[in-house]
Amino acid sequence: MALRTGISSRILRSSSTFALRSMSSWWRNVEPAAKDPILGVTEAFLADPSPDKVNVGVGAYRDDNGKPVVLECVREAERRIAGNLNMEYLPMGGSVKMVEETLKLAYGENSNLIKDKRIAAVQALSGTGACRLFADFQKRFCPDSQIYIPVPTWANHHNIWRDAQVPQRTFHYYHLESKGLDFASMMDDIKNAPNGSFFLLHACAHNPTGVDPSEEQWREISYQFKVKGHFAFFDMAYQGFASGNPERDAKSIRIFLEDGHLIGCAQSYAKNMGLYGQRVGCLSVVCEDEKQAVAVKSQLQQIARPMYSNPPVHGALIVSTILGDPDLKKLWLKEVKAMADRIIGMRTALRENLEKLGSPLSWEHITNQIGMFCYSGLTPEQVDHLTNHFHIYMTRNGRISLAGVTTGNVGYLANAIHEVSKSA
Amino acid sequence: MHPQLPSLGANSSSTDRRLSALIRHLEGSSSSSSAMESQNQTISASATSAFSDNSVFGHVVRAPEDAILGVTVAYNKDPSPVKLNLGVGAYRTEEGKPLVLTVLQFALICSSRVKEYLPIVGLADFNKLSAKLIFGADSPAIRENRVTTVQCLSGTGSLRVGAEFLAKHYHQRTIYIPQPTWGNHVKIFTLAGLSVKTYSYYDPATRGLNFQGLLEDLGSAPSGAIVLLHACAHNPTGVDPTLQQWEQIRQLMRSKGLLPFFDSAYQGFASGSLDADAQSVRMFVADGGECLAAQSYAKNMGLYGERVGALSIVCKTADVAGRVESQLKLVIRPMYSNPPIHGASIVATILKDRNMFNEWTIELKAMADRIISMRQQLFDALCARGTPGDWSHIVKQIGMFTFTGLNSQQVTFMTKEYHIYLTSDGRISMAGLSSKTVPHLADAIHAAVTRVA
Repeated sequence: MALRTGISSRILRSSSTFALRSMSSWWRNVEPAAKDPILGVTEAFLADPSPDKVNVGVGAYRDDNGKPVVLECVREAERRIAGNLNMEYLPMGGSVKMVEETLKLAYGENSNLIKDKRIAAVQALSGTGACRLFADFQKRFCPDSQIYIPVPTWANHHNIWRDAQVPQRTFHYYHLESKGLDFASMMDDIKNAPNGSFFLLHACAHNPTGVDPSEEQWREISYQFKVKGHFAFFDMAYQGFASGNPERDAKSIRIFLEDGHLIGCAQSYAKNMGLYGQRVGCLSVVCEDEKQAVAVKSQLQQIARPMYSNPPVHGALIVSTILGDPDLKKLWLKEVKAMADRIIGMRTALRENLEKLGSPLSWEHITNQIGMFCYSGLTPEQVDHLTNHFHIYMTRNGRISLAGVTTGNVGYLANAIHEVSKSA
Repeated sequence: MHPQLPSLGANSSSTDRRLSALIRHLEGSSSSSSAMESQNQTISASATSAFSDNSVFGHVVRAPEDAILGVTVAYNKDPSPVKLNLGVGAYRTEEGKPLVLTVLQFALICSSRVKEYLPIVGLADFNKLSAKLIFGADSPAIRENRVTTVQCLSGTGSLRVGAEFLAKHYHQRTIYIPQPTWGNHVKIFTLAGLSVKTYSYYDPATRGLNFQGLLEDLGSAPSGAIVLLHACAHNPTGVDPTLQQWEQIRQLMRSKGLLPFFDSAYQGFASGSLDADAQSVRMFVADGGECLAAQSYAKNMGLYGERVGALSIVCKTADVAGRVESQLKLVIRPMYSNPPIHGASIVATILKDRNMFNEWTIELKAMADRIISMRQQLFDALCARGTPGDWSHIVKQIGMFTFTGLNSQQVTFMTKEYHIYLTSDGRISMAGLSSKTVPHLADAIHAAVTRVA
């Protein structure tokens, strides 16, 4: 024992000479990375000591007291699965049950595609993970393809396809003046893109603008996609959150499916089930037939395996418990509608408050837009002013998360927005 | 079938596929080659409707089953009552059942309820405690704030995030991995953008470490190359360097500026002691140098499916560690934004609480002891049968796996005739054995060795 200690202390002493020889770090040249524009907002908010502070930054739902919400259906599901102590690995493709229920939401309960087993689907790490799996899959199997991304979009979309090494192009989407959809330019971009291009579409409740195409517009888009043979990839992060009705929120997807498109779809339960930190979602790719779906699924698994091997079980179990029980599912639908209704209520309240303050600007867009976010039209400078003077936190693109608005703070918020914008 | 069609390999353009689709549509049920040819000539790339019923992924072929996970798939399909799964490394009790640690059950009740997203780097407590666990609570690197730790998706996720970081920010993009190693290592590093080379490790003749070969291969690696090291309980061989050998490896690596990347998936599982199983890592950190370490809680806390792990990067200075952490976030954000909360909060709860931590170390030692006992029992059973060959490696190797030395034909034979499922490299998971099933396995090995070349 003593001998061994002697040896090891000698070894440690001599090893310090080696340490001296390589003084500098391998990472000397590593630059500090820019803060994530969205998540950085919440960090700044948390650091602010002001009692008046308001966080309308990140898109996580809050109740009317500004508190995070755990849905009752989720609590009940957690109670039921608390006894389940199975923590074994899920298959690479994740929970089969969860995926089955999730496909029903996007594709319809009685979807023929589901019956015919034509959908390749795997559990993914929420919406981000689903998009990333698809982007990597796209790179591997359509290596010459690019992705068309709307302007603007959730900032992380650019990061995802960039890290997957898929070249990006943009298409017009948001119309600055009307604070609505720039439909004409969007259609031009769709027509001018080379045949067979890949497009990223927000299925509903566009993030960050809240601007969605109308049903008629979706039909036109779908038709043009047919003419051009484009591939439609839907990112659906807010099903249920937009209108309060999940079936209605999936309309864009259903239109494309009716038209025969073989789409891809990313689904997330972060917001509509409040499962944010559990990282539960699903990636699906519609195929020509069952055989192809099996092949595609196996390849998606090949991408997941060297990334995280298999997805986390807990969140998936919550989802399948809720969606697999008719009563719990009904409760969930009720709770989702309540969340959506509260947000719609806050939109109305914010707009009315601004109009009552005699704002010279039009705030119609607050109630025209849909979903968690409102693209206020505020400039980065105005946003900075809101933060520095009024302790109101939002992303510098002027995106307001309505989920952070309450009856308690809507007056303060309206007043602050009015102050910074009245002389615009 | 259609000789005039462009070949639809993976490199065919979307135009080719459109043309093929259109040709198939236009052709209908009757076809003559001349009609086809003229159609070929008249169809241009700018068709009025490019829409087709054909998928842009129509050329995708079915991927082979994952070699390791595929074993369990095959096992599940087998109706035999005597079937035995020695494939995937998941711990089983004497009754052959998964084990939920008692301490986990307590932790599940106490776990904090963060309701929303974790930060990109994960749960702060979890990160701090994980670093302490692997580097030691008294580690100077931790005290000096030179360590950045980020929560990741178990060992796989930690390796992948680390590798992506290295591919972006490190000057050398070659990683040396031991021969053999866990099957998923190559894919992880390759997809992250690193190029993979191997270094000698396992000696089939001795079924032990080829130490000379290892030193030679690392000795001829280019300066600065990354080296993957299994912290303990090497997977799949169960062969670990001794402490003296680790010291030599360390000296060699530091003299050549080789960057250590530890994969620690079995801390506590190998010897039964968390500290002993971390010695290799701590040795490297003690010399003040830099390294990476991927930790997994899949096995040692039985949290397999919760995907809990951590990546630590030990840096020269706190400033560097801060910058490195900021760059790790940029790798993680476009992969999955932030890690799953459930498993990490369980781990943090256990590591934080003295009683739970002690309870855990006791259960961990019990698991390790059971595996060590299985090794002994299997060895004794083979000796009792007079199975030809030296089987002492079964008790010399450490951790969950034994590299039996059986070849793939012998493995196939064991699966077919004895319904024993293991990976084709002859690796068996000792965790899947029980006193009841040892005789069956011993019979199978005996038969394989005596009847199959």
